[in-house]
Amino acid sequence: MGNMIKIGIADLNVCKSPDAVTTLGLGSCVGVALYDKTTHTAGLVHVMLPDSTAIRNNTNVAKFADTGVPELVKMMEKQGVSKRNLVAKIAGGAKMFSFSDSSKVGNVGERNVEAVKAALKKEGIRIIAEDTGLDYGRTVEIYAENGEYHIKAVGKPLKVI
Amino acid sequence: MAEELNLSTVNDMYYDVLKEIGNIGAGNATTAVANMVNLRLDMQVPQVRLMTLQELPTAVGSEEDLICGIYLEVTNDISGSMMFLLDLHSARFFVDKLMGTDDPENTNFGEIELSAIKEIGNIIAASYLSAIASLTNLVISPSIPYLAIDMAGAILSVPATEFGIYGDNALMIETHFGDEYNLNGYFILMPDVESYDKILKALGVAL
Repeated sequence: MGNMIKIGIADLNVCKSPDAVTTLGLGSCVGVALYDKTTHTAGLVHVMLPDSTAIRNNTNVAKFADTGVPELVKMMEKQGVSKRNLVAKIAGGAKMFSFSDSSKVGNVGERNVEAVKAALKKEGIRIIAEDTGLDYGRTVEIYAENGEYHIKAVGKPLKVI
Repeated sequence: MAEELNLSTVNDMYYDVLKEIGNIGAGNATTAVANMVNLRLDMQVPQVRLMTLQELPTAVGSEEDLICGIYLEVTNDISGSMMFLLDLHSARFFVDKLMGTDDPENTNFGEIELSAIKEIGNIIAASYLSAIASLTNLVISPSIPYLAIDMAGAILSVPATEFGIYGDNALMIETHFGDEYNLNGYFILMPDVESYDKILKALGVAL
């Protein structure tokens, strides 16, 4: 069993087999996992907002879908991964409270998921699995050894995608 | 807006004002909740904590600890939202007191109990906001309360996202009430930037 590397909110990291990267308690945020099976390398970014261009304080690239995804790709390329070998699995983007439609963050989970998909498309990376939306928090773990993406939620069985 | 309020550069005076608002709001809320459950609840001076967004999900314990989050939208003179967080032990205590049950270890809440928690959150949040409203002479209208019981990290991602729109810091007010019962509550007030300015101006703090 390798090490479990923990990342926080608006954070990212990569690892090689047998290690794994985890982030705890994703709510409306999205955990984007990238995996390359040829080199057994995995990466995870925990993005909280969809669009860096809509915000002035945007120095932390890992905070946004549009900048966090390319940054993670870059980080993986530095590990000797070829972009065309990468596949993506995504989780999170929940709606934690039943906000009114006028709420500024009411549908941020949904918008995060859309923005992540757009960013991955731009990078030419295929999404092979996803577990997004609904109304509960998720803890995720991406394993570099086999690319399994483990999703834990309160009162639910472990889900592996 | 050149002097836009950036939470990382909140100077001491602003900090004192925000602390005082928190103090008065939390005091009012404690009185309201004490009346509701018909108990004398003491309150310690609330702690105002300015932290980075990364620290927020662990501010009340581990990211995976279950907590109750009650969320309200705030409109009118100021706009934004507020959140009141209660650990499950404290939520159970209030439910038991309110419903005349005695089941301190049970943290599975039924439909009616959830609705009781919502009501507690509603009263706490509304009295908190009304204290701020009378202090500032601003009209502050809360929405109905929304409740979630889930991992702290997931619940706190909501205020983290709202603060994240403006910067990389968050402001939280932590209240301990009832020494005897060890109850913990946390307030997070998230006015948008213009509303922060309005609150501070209304209190006579020059920008």
